[in-house]
Amino acid sequence: MDIADLIIDDRERGIFRVHRSSMTSPELFRRERETIFDRCWIYVGHESEVDNPGDYRCRTVTGRPLLLARGQDGEVRVFLNSCPHRGAMICRRPEGHARVLRCFYHGWTFNTDGALIGVPGEDAYGPGFDRSEMSLREPPRVDSYRGLYFVSFNPQVEDLVTYLAGARDYLDLVLDQAEEGMRVVSGSNRYTIKANWKLLAENSVDSYHLLPTHRTYVDYVTGLGTDDSGDTMAARPPGVGRALGNGHCVGENVARNGRPIAHWHPLFGEEAKAPIERARRRLAGRFGEERARRMADTSRNLLIYPNLLILDFVAITIRYIEPLAPGTMDVTAWHLVPREESGARLATRLDSYLTFFGPGGFATPDDVEALESCQLGFRASGNEWSDVSRGMLNPAPGTTDELQIRGFWRQWHANMQGRRQANVQDADPGKPETPAVPGTTVLAGER
Amino acid sequence: MTADARPALRELVETFLFREAALLDDWDLDAWVDLFTEDARYVVPTTDLPEGDPSQDLVFIDDDIIRLRARTVRLTGVGAHRENPRSRTRRFVSNVRVEEAGNGELSVSANVLVYRFRGGEAAPYVGAIDYILRPEGEDLKIAHRRAVLDLESLSWHGAVSIIF
Repeated sequence: MDIADLIIDDRERGIFRVHRSSMTSPELFRRERETIFDRCWIYVGHESEVDNPGDYRCRTVTGRPLLLARGQDGEVRVFLNSCPHRGAMICRRPEGHARVLRCFYHGWTFNTDGALIGVPGEDAYGPGFDRSEMSLREPPRVDSYRGLYFVSFNPQVEDLVTYLAGARDYLDLVLDQAEEGMRVVSGSNRYTIKANWKLLAENSVDSYHLLPTHRTYVDYVTGLGTDDSGDTMAARPPGVGRALGNGHCVGENVARNGRPIAHWHPLFGEEAKAPIERARRRLAGRFGEERARRMADTSRNLLIYPNLLILDFVAITIRYIEPLAPGTMDVTAWHLVPREESGARLATRLDSYLTFFGPGGFATPDDVEALESCQLGFRASGNEWSDVSRGMLNPAPGTTDELQIRGFWRQWHANMQGRRQANVQDADPGKPETPAVPGTTVLAGER
Repeated sequence: MTADARPALRELVETFLFREAALLDDWDLDAWVDLFTEDARYVVPTTDLPEGDPSQDLVFIDDDIIRLRARTVRLTGVGAHRENPRSRTRRFVSNVRVEEAGNGELSVSANVLVYRFRGGEAAPYVGAIDYILRPEGEDLKIAHRRAVLDLESLSWHGAVSIIF
């Protein structure tokens, strides 16, 4: 099948369909590696994970073993986790702290800035042997945005801020919630889903599935008392879905559950009320009432194309998807918290995370089941098309519409055909697009 | 004399743990949650941080009795899709060690192997569970249950969808 035919995007009739071979074909999976994962910016980790000089973390990023490390000079760097000598992994512990990184195979040593500093029996090498040529290799491009580190294996890739396009403002809405910066708490969720990676990208920004799939979560929360059960039960909850350019997209909802930043919920307990109200006032002082309201009273599911999610609702999770095979992905999720929070406020936040997120949460396991169920269902192969048409003719799409998912797929489709840019919006290419940059936007249907 | 040297005490605890395992394998979660005290805690740390402390680290599960009851309601209904249809499980509890923890409470640890079968797949959850057991009347109750997985990631199961 021709790649150009993998997506039906009929803007006249409002029909959008994705051919399921995009989620099962080994050939297309290999092509994604080349046209997407080796071309885009890909997330590696957060600066707080290597807070002190000498800290390092091993990461597998698009199949490559990488090292996120902070040198003695305080700089955060990313290295290929492979000895320049013969290729052995330099660091084999998932994380650690070291002044010197030593390859166990032949004993070559490197400092945490990457320089080769020790070669046993170096006198056996000729005069052409140059230590400076044998330092730890870095990926072609490394860049960070407010503590989030990305790499690209495409030397020609645009700078990170340009790449982030409309997603940048949404990242700011999340990161600005902290007064002293964000940090990743210790412990991560690591699990494998036997499904194509794009199914999790879709699922993570899809509000349509919330009620049917996560009924038990909704029941649990409402059972404990909720201040806006009307919204919780709404089949079309107030909110907006947006395609933010370059494949990034977001679903932004009116907060229906508590938000540890500044939206109290009975789940948090009475004693959490006063600190959360104080935090809300500080937020308004820092950013003005309108933006504070948006940060506290709306939640957002943000996809940074292709495989990073920042989910900011009952807590903030960074979710990274590592495709392993057409029908398999590894998922790692971290919990991002404001550095200034400790004690009871941190406890409220940690607890809130667990209600929904994670392999033991009241919702994430159901998503795992849903995606695996799709992947199994694809085998039936009597119907080769998945439908993603909701709200395509709606000029103001909500989060249960699917503009945000279509935006992702349109970028994917363009990339797979070797094009860098796509019109990710539902509007006809000839017509002016609704500006995706928010700031003062009032969510559709909001009180 | 240490508690471990008292076979009668260990036998009492083993009987309790075997009964607990049977309730879980039978999916009799209503009876299982009744084994807990009102101030109980059920904790499962993440696979990469077995020493994780729920008050400052990310863990998989940190339930008080209210959320634990909600968890059993969820798991016994039809809406916990990862367990609908339910998996078959078979639990093996061994290497039981018992120490007296003061106040009449017992500090217990056991190795646990749970085979889980579902949808043509078979895979184990392997780990150790630490308990604080508190005598209540004639019976023991679980005041604390910390289940630590040995798995490096949830690569087989994708979730902790059963009670481990």
